[in-house]
Amino acid sequence: MKRPAIEIRNLTFSIEDSTILDSVSIDIYPGEYLSIIGPNGAGKTTLLRCLMRIHRVPAGAIHVGGVPAERLGQRALAKRISYVPQSEGRRCPFTVEEFVLLGRYPFRSPFSPIRREDRNAVSEALRLTRIDHLAQRRVDTLSGGERQTAFIAAAIAQGADILLLDEPTTFLDPKHEAEIRAILKALNRTMGRTIVAVTHDINAAALESDRVVILKDGRVIFTGTPGEVMDNAVLSRAYGKQFVFIEHPVAGRRIVLPEASE
Amino acid sequence: MNQKRNIVIVSIFGLTAAVLLLAPFVGIETITLQEVVRPAAGGTGADIFWRIRVPRVLTAFCAGAALALSGMAFQAMFRNPLATPFTLGVSSGAAFGASLYVVTGIVFSIGPVSGQSLSAFVWAAMAILIVYGLTRVRRGSSTATMLIAGVAVNFFFSSFILFIQYISDFTRSFRVIRWLMGGFEIVGYEPVTTILPFVITGSFVIFALTNELNVLTLGEDIALSRGVPVRRVKTALFFATSLMVGSIVSVCGPIGFVGMMAPHICRLLVGYDHRYLAPATCVFGGAFLVLCDALARSLIPPAEIPVGVITALLGGPFFLWLLLRRSREGGQMGDL
Repeated sequence: MKRPAIEIRNLTFSIEDSTILDSVSIDIYPGEYLSIIGPNGAGKTTLLRCLMRIHRVPAGAIHVGGVPAERLGQRALAKRISYVPQSEGRRCPFTVEEFVLLGRYPFRSPFSPIRREDRNAVSEALRLTRIDHLAQRRVDTLSGGERQTAFIAAAIAQGADILLLDEPTTFLDPKHEAEIRAILKALNRTMGRTIVAVTHDINAAALESDRVVILKDGRVIFTGTPGEVMDNAVLSRAYGKQFVFIEHPVAGRRIVLPEASE
Repeated sequence: MNQKRNIVIVSIFGLTAAVLLLAPFVGIETITLQEVVRPAAGGTGADIFWRIRVPRVLTAFCAGAALALSGMAFQAMFRNPLATPFTLGVSSGAAFGASLYVVTGIVFSIGPVSGQSLSAFVWAAMAILIVYGLTRVRRGSSTATMLIAGVAVNFFFSSFILFIQYISDFTRSFRVIRWLMGGFEIVGYEPVTTILPFVITGSFVIFALTNELNVLTLGEDIALSRGVPVRRVKTALFFATSLMVGSIVSVCGPIGFVGMMAPHICRLLVGYDHRYLAPATCVFGGAFLVLCDALARSLIPPAEIPVGVITALLGGPFFLWLLLRRSREGGQMGDL
């Protein structure tokens, strides 16, 4: 087995006396697509924020590439991990191009002009996410789906191998949802980026990922393949309700059916 | 867009140069170029020009540039156009520090740095830390919290200044009052050389951090995920702004609203990229204050209006306009 890209060891994190994460241990392997699911308030977002060191966590709890995260500077961390937060950017006054260029921050130095490398990374990111045509639009004038895509483009331009995403497709219409899922899949399969996505969408997790982690009340209660998740013995423990399953006619994987009243 | 921006920046620099060249001739008495170049025997024009007007214009320029840059840095850090040295209570902190030094009568200096500047700097830093601390404790509606915290800190330090005036004698007290109005009634180059090292150091720090300011405009969480060492950057910015505001207030008194108007007008003109915004704001703020000071000494001759009164008369309505514009746009959209 390959050495983990990120090792989380007994991570416990509290905010003002309430424990948000309770001895969480997860290994994230290079090149895998890992989905983290779980009920509201399980600590999924907090976990991503700990990985990005937006929250300060106990020393030694998180290793990135074998190095304790607190020993990497924020800039060095950003060269390895990028983070797409949930529905942000309503107040972003920059154009899409300027905004994506800010993703190059870890490579910039003071008083120096923008290098060709940075320009190339930006146009590459805009091309991959198919938002070239939005380059000169201000981010705060975009629709939710376009804005989400711009954030993913900025994370791609940042050049990190590991991409953390918080609810990347929530609140998006089916077309934008499909587009974002295709972009993430391409990043993962053809460019070898490691993807860690927090999601409420059990089916998206089952269809896209290599591995699924379930968090509940700050604890990891399950780690396994998408096939193993689609089982009422597992899901009822997480969500406290029974699901009905069906096989996806194209993907050949089990998915859950939406609730229907008789 | 880029070409338009370059034209605008060049125009701002050109107009600033024009203002700097013309301003020394304007005042209670207008001085002609002839008087300066070929001074007549017994004429005082050249003397006034070189010993009073030029140092005064240079001081006003440095003060305006530094206050505008500080305002710009605060606005990016607090993500709010109403954040300025004046509204955050930094100016009154510095004013308190400076008057404390004057009244206690203890005279000290560290190297070339006067005790008055030092005291102003320390209390300016104190004020900004209090306001920033309060906005961190109460997250959420940050604009309201920030303004209330700024008002509270302002009141707090103003009361102390009042108290200091009350216990000191009449002439000292009047001096403090006149100084609190803000102004550049100076003679010689000493004030300029006093504030210049602070202004240069502080500006250098801000110019070196323009990439960071750009990312901070997106919020601290995103800044962290882009690799900005937010804590260190903010410490450096608080230090730089306190240094500049402290030195300026100790020499010229608290001059308000330059730090709000200059960055805002420049953002409308050149956009939000701090790599261009910082130089534009810097020279615009300097030129703006030089212009206000020229008005101050020529509007009602033979008297002079304190320049702080002029900037406040312009700045008050501007502040209200910003506030109204924000609430009309639903609060969030108007930010920055």
